[in-house]
Amino acid sequence: MSNQIFRLMLLLFFAMVSQASFASGNIEIDTPAISQIEKSMQQRYSQLVPFYTSGAVGFTQDGLIAMHDANAVSLAERQMVNSLIAAENQDRNSLYLEIARANNNLAWEVEIRHTFGQRWIKLAKLGWWYQATNGGWVQK
Amino acid sequence: MKNIYFYAGLVAFVSLLLSACVTINIHFPAAAADEAADKIIKKVMQ
Repeated sequence: MSNQIFRLMLLLFFAMVSQASFASGNIEIDTPAISQIEKSMQQRYSQLVPFYTSGAVGFTQDGLIAMHDANAVSLAERQMVNSLIAAENQDRNSLYLEIARANNNLAWEVEIRHTFGQRWIKLAKLGWWYQATNGGWVQK
Repeated sequence: MKNIYFYAGLVAFVSLLLSACVTINIHFPAAAADEAADKIIKKVMQ
């Protein structure tokens, strides 16, 4: 009888080990919802680049973008830039939520957002602006 | 008597397995997330 329980425990141990190695280090990003957001952001990116370059728009710590220097934009263009920022942030918020959803873990959204915040800044081009952890703006 | 041990073992097995799932799922794979973020960002910046 104790032999049977021992075998159950052994089986349990191997089940846990195999599951741990399977589940760790994997993030699902290949869903229709995610690729649709990617496509939308891809199309908007070329419109945003001039404003990243001029310093009008910069990257924030929470994985979004914000107006950094409104004076770098003409009054006529300002409304258009604000709409671009709003649309981009809406896509980014949906992206982080969809990745959390694709991994069946909505609690991951905060960490996903933080990860993206770091990676966007890391991959931003020289001369672009980003918000540092202390809230101040820094040029790459 | 034999049945009681068997069911006790079964209950322990199933509950431990379930708790294992939850524990593993809560752990955030930071390295994989970095990689996934880079992949998406590079695609957007193309």
